[in-house]
Amino acid sequence: MLAVLIYKLILVFAILGISLVVAMYSTYAERKVAAFMQDRLGPNRAGPFGLLQPLADGVKMFMKEEIIPSVSNQTLFIIGPCIAMTTSLMTSAVIPWSSDLSINGTSYPLQVTDVNIGILYLFGVVSIGVYGIMIGGWASNNKFSLLGALRASSQMISYEIAMGLAIIALVMMTGTLSLREIVEQQPGGHWNILYQPIGFIIFIVCAFAECNRTPFDLAECETELVGGYHTEYSSMKLGFYLFAEYVNMFISSAIISTLYFGGYNFPFMHELGLSPNMLALLGGLVFFAKIFFFIFFFMWIRWTIPRFRYDQLMNLGWKGLLPIALGNIALTGLVMWLTGKIN
Amino acid sequence: MVLSATSIPSDFFPIAIQFFAALGFVGTTIVVTHLVGPKRYSKKKMESFECGVESQGNARIPFSIKYFLVAILFVLFDVEVIFMYPWAVNFKTLGVQGLLEMMLFLGLFLVGFIYIIKKGALKWE
Repeated sequence: MLAVLIYKLILVFAILGISLVVAMYSTYAERKVAAFMQDRLGPNRAGPFGLLQPLADGVKMFMKEEIIPSVSNQTLFIIGPCIAMTTSLMTSAVIPWSSDLSINGTSYPLQVTDVNIGILYLFGVVSIGVYGIMIGGWASNNKFSLLGALRASSQMISYEIAMGLAIIALVMMTGTLSLREIVEQQPGGHWNILYQPIGFIIFIVCAFAECNRTPFDLAECETELVGGYHTEYSSMKLGFYLFAEYVNMFISSAIISTLYFGGYNFPFMHELGLSPNMLALLGGLVFFAKIFFFIFFFMWIRWTIPRFRYDQLMNLGWKGLLPIALGNIALTGLVMWLTGKIN
Repeated sequence: MVLSATSIPSDFFPIAIQFFAALGFVGTTIVVTHLVGPKRYSKKKMESFECGVESQGNARIPFSIKYFLVAILFVLFDVEVIFMYPWAVNFKTLGVQGLLEMMLFLGLFLVGFIYIIKKGALKWE
């Protein structure tokens, strides 16, 4: 019992550490990708190729003066970014990073916990994330912050519906809400993307909207709202909002890979004749390769597609994605009936 | 078929560990930046930002009713989406009858959706 507890503690700290490091280097990657796409050099002063830039930024965030406006609601002003950061760190608990490792006959699952309502847990935690933005924006008592927070929260809740409906079509096929079982049902190259292409497109669009990433970053639209909901923030509290966005991007990439791209499965994995432990390690690496591809995809879109107007954003969410997602559910049911999966 | 993965309350215990670890990280960071950063108080600096001019009044102002409508509609529709999760998990055992029943439910869902669109609840200008 104690051994299990210690193992879980180590795993939790390792996963939190990995999320934070990946998020840190995503900020670096974002600037390098932007520089590459715009034919610039990007950060190249701190360390070789500017590799120490994220550390320098982190230290700077720590050393800055924190300003709490006198008209703001002080407790809520501090709680806002804390909620945003905590929820973004919570979602990684149910993601299966790879198949089990077995050392001396004991098996060590590379997943913090395999609950049978994994997908519902993810939705629950993501919904709490809205409060972080809403509370922070309202507590600042600044018109720009309030408008940014309103925009962000109504955008996030609008796209949550289409996201939920896109997942329902997937759950109809898998018959389970546990992420581990969903991955196990996609052995080798039989990934869900082959059966759910429409669902995947809806899901990835909604993931962009949920992360407040371009083309859906109306919440922090500089030309209209200065900094959006974090206009008044400084020091590490600003850092939390920005950092939470990158952690969310990492986790969304992980969820997209898990649900639609087979998680740690890769084609011909069982033909290689590797031992289960080697396969688990290799699977973990493949999973991270998929995650990094999707993080790159997020950045690629950012420098390709301009920002939407607010009415276009709302129309896409409610009048575009929602009916398509409903149609996708009906289509999935019909195809499963016609192909004899149900009777 | 019930939910296929067996689950007991202790499965959720690691989530509590993760929650306290995350909270510990956030709390420590907030306290450390508070202690490390410089503190130079000035009255002007603590005013809220308004593009360099003196801020006018309070930000607790009435805002567009559209945002409120979207929030209300979200609650309605999200509840309907949540109703569909148990159905989707058991879809294979419910069979064709389950499919037809859900089509009826989706039909009612669509009627409500078309109604709010016709009412102009989602018209942004």
